[in-house]
Amino acid sequence: MRQLSTHRRHPLAGVLVLLLGLIVAGGLYAAAAPGAARADTAEADAELVAEGRELYLTGCSSCHGQNGQGILQRAGGQYGPALIGVGAAAVDFQVGTGRMPMAQNSQQAPRKEPLYDDAETEALAAFVAAEFGPGPAIPGSEYYDLSGVSEEDISEGRELYLANCSACHNASGIGGALGGGRYAPTLEGVEGVHFAEAMITGPQNMPVFSDEVLTPDDKRHIYASLREIQAEPASGGFDLGGVGPVGEGLAGWVAGIGALVGFAVWIGKHSVRAGKQ
Amino acid sequence: MTTHGSHPAGSEGDEHDGRDSTANVPAKPRHTGERVVLRTGGDPVADPGLGEHEPRPTDVDPAAEKRAERQISLLFATSALLTLAFCVAYFAIPRDAVLFGTSALNLALGVSLGLALLLIGIGAIQWAKTLMDDHEMVEMRHGSASSEEDKAEALAAFEQGAEESGFGRRSMLRGTLLTSLGVLGLPAVVLMADLGPLPGNAPRTTVWAKGVRVVNDITGEPLRPDAIQLGQLVNGQPGVFYEIAEGEEHPEYEGTELLNAKAKASVVVVRMLPDEITNAGSAAKGVDGILCFSKICPHLGCPISLWEQQTKNLICPCHQSTFDLADGGRVVFGPAKRAVPQLELGLDDGGYLIAMSDFTEPVGPSFPEMYQD
Repeated sequence: MRQLSTHRRHPLAGVLVLLLGLIVAGGLYAAAAPGAARADTAEADAELVAEGRELYLTGCSSCHGQNGQGILQRAGGQYGPALIGVGAAAVDFQVGTGRMPMAQNSQQAPRKEPLYDDAETEALAAFVAAEFGPGPAIPGSEYYDLSGVSEEDISEGRELYLANCSACHNASGIGGALGGGRYAPTLEGVEGVHFAEAMITGPQNMPVFSDEVLTPDDKRHIYASLREIQAEPASGGFDLGGVGPVGEGLAGWVAGIGALVGFAVWIGKHSVRAGKQ
Repeated sequence: MTTHGSHPAGSEGDEHDGRDSTANVPAKPRHTGERVVLRTGGDPVADPGLGEHEPRPTDVDPAAEKRAERQISLLFATSALLTLAFCVAYFAIPRDAVLFGTSALNLALGVSLGLALLLIGIGAIQWAKTLMDDHEMVEMRHGSASSEEDKAEALAAFEQGAEESGFGRRSMLRGTLLTSLGVLGLPAVVLMADLGPLPGNAPRTTVWAKGVRVVNDITGEPLRPDAIQLGQLVNGQPGVFYEIAEGEEHPEYEGTELLNAKAKASVVVVRMLPDEITNAGSAAKGVDGILCFSKICPHLGCPISLWEQQTKNLICPCHQSTFDLADGGRVVFGPAKRAVPQLELGLDDGGYLIAMSDFTEPVGPSFPEMYQD
């Protein structure tokens, strides 16, 4: 004890105490927080919804309307679609992948760095689910948990992927063009929960793939096959973005044959002479 | 041309008026040290001729020549070693080994064989450029027609043959020979029967019929209307591809027959709000806004399932034909010439979606005969 008190004015003592305090506080929170939440779910939910309402009114209502009814333009278009019945899954997908809020009005909201952190996204999702009518909830890990997925499951997932997804997202999941400037985005680096949410809610122009037609198991197998494809090494060397024969042909004709022509010209131009003899 | 005009050879030619200068062409235009001037009469621009030949280091220095020979041999020998390395790599490197994020086997095979071929090419060019004779030479053009005597001789030989064989005289021989040769063309026509039976009614019909269930592709699950949400896309198939009749071990269609049937019968099932459907006739063929269209593009037969649920457009990935499924599959963009065919839906006793008939028009690419009736 005496030793402690002699060192209490050491320059690093403050840092040490702060660290210790943080660790204890963090540990206590981790140990207590879930229990506390379970102890009083209703109150926590109400708090979450209230927080979400505040975030919504500040950041979303100017386009989606204060009651989530959407705002129509005089010309017939809309600033933002109605959010009635979209559910927590749609909010978690749109906000969690950074698609919402949109940076600008365009054909399509692209994936970008999320503006809201996880807690804020959760609050927004809770608010929209609670206030704007029931909709799909955020899917659980049964949609994307890859432990215990067998080779057969991956194979079946691949078949389902090719039948349902590859037309837009490309056989390699690299994405592709649609009409009028719209496109199917790449599936590279998409988190499991967002993958499941996109299939359930059909964001933007993507169709819905309901659980009754493609069961959570089917979706998990599709996700597993997607991860399998993405983990494969590019056996052909440069995959040129994996967009298929167009990119490869272009590279072959322009870069490959161009280099050969340049090489041939170089050969023809250069030769060493000994000078006058 | 101005640089050529100012060239010493050009100024020399100018003095000659350009008429008699053909005399300057030596009988053997191989380089002899002085400038060769090639000209035809009346050429307004003097022919600059060939530049003076400059020897290469390998022409004048025996050591350089020896060195070049060694270099080229080294290129060829390295190429041979790389080809052997290709053979070794083929067996030695495991198929699933990974190097630099790519297949180690593919990398080794590609690099070794590619370099082997490249080195042979570089060696050959180096040989030609450093060691082979590189004197510029001129080869004059010559007429390619045969001489008059040769022509007359050939003609005489032909006439003699015709006379001796009696081809002109013996008309029966001539007739039977020509007939036998002509008939030889028949097998080529007859063998075409092997190109298959005539398609008959096959391009106009599919396996869809009244009562055939619409099921999900791959899983074969039958579909109830309440399973299909607004904005949903289902890639559908006729249930007969999956249902196994009593006493049978397999579905009715298998193998090639299944693929052929599938190529015509694939459908997409979509759902929209009933008031979003602008075509009343098309809406009447659906169930509560659930519509079923052929998945085969009526342009060239690609599978179309790029479904934009907000614009209600179905897009073909091959040539961007775009169909408005809210308006009976009308073509709104692209090279397709007719709407994508719609399959009339109904419900069976179990509440599952079924077809009410086969497609009422041919699915897939249009063909001339479909416009004949």
